Amino acid sequence: MINELIPELIGGTLIGLAASLLWLGIGRISGMTGVLSSLFLWREQQRHWAFWFLAGLVLAYPLYKLLGYSAPLQLTSNNTLLMAAGLLVGFGTYIGNGCTSGHGVCGIGRLSLRSAIATVTFMVAGIATVAVMNLSGGVL
Amino acid sequence: MSARILSPLVALASGLIFGLGLLISGMNDPAKVRAFLDVFAAWDPSLIAVMGSAIPVFAVFFYFGKRRKAPLCATTFHEPQLTRIDRRLLTGAVMFGIGWGLVGLCPGPALVNLLAFEPGVLIFVLALLAGNRIAHWVVGPAK
Repeated sequence: MINELIPELIGGTLIGLAASLLWLGIGRISGMTGVLSSLFLWREQQRHWAFWFLAGLVLAYPLYKLLGYSAPLQLTSNNTLLMAAGLLVGFGTYIGNGCTSGHGVCGIGRLSLRSAIATVTFMVAGIATVAVMNLSGGVL
Repeated sequence: MSARILSPLVALASGLIFGLGLLISGMNDPAKVRAFLDVFAAWDPSLIAVMGSAIPVFAVFFYFGKRRKAPLCATTFHEPQLTRIDRRLLTGAVMFGIGWGLVGLCPGPALVNLLAFEPGVLIFVLALLAGNRIAHWVVGPAK
């Protein structure tokens, strides 16, 4: 059982180490929502770390492929659904001040009740959405 | 080396390691994420192991950092100051969760998949940026 989870455990540990490096190195929380918002604040010197972080994040995929690994990516081809989902995630994470990384990993790691409640809420909403889509029998 | 040179390198390395973690764990794959959220049918709980390892690792280093006055390559720790649990937080989390469930992408994995050059990922990321800006103009930053 645990053997089957080795990729998940290694990946999760790397995510935890990356977040730790950013915190201990420059005192920043590795939240993707904050990184995204920083893109629009490029004039502010104190936001520049986000560009470097984003560059590393985006380069991980070509590096991973270059090392000879494959990364499956199975995504819906329904463009309307993709657009609606992107808008909801962009809007929701902005007003909720975080997503899976900022609230889920760093927030819970900091023992923030606010982040724990946000994480439970978006998990439940995600689970309910998938359940409703199943019930709709492919309409959604 | 000075902090001026080191801090961008720290951010770059952190982003790269974060991205590799998402790829190795399979968290970048929308189908795997949707299977994780599919609790009542074809549930694949394996992604619990990603959160279950990332959170304690960060928690240990975060509390180790609490003993320091400043980070290694900067002058201050920027810990989030918001603690309020209000309608704004919950509305945002519900909207995010719905979008996440619809296609199986959250911001980190979407950005990691950008250079896979999948048209669907690009559409999602453009909508993600648009949603972020619409919220900024309509609602504004949290105080």
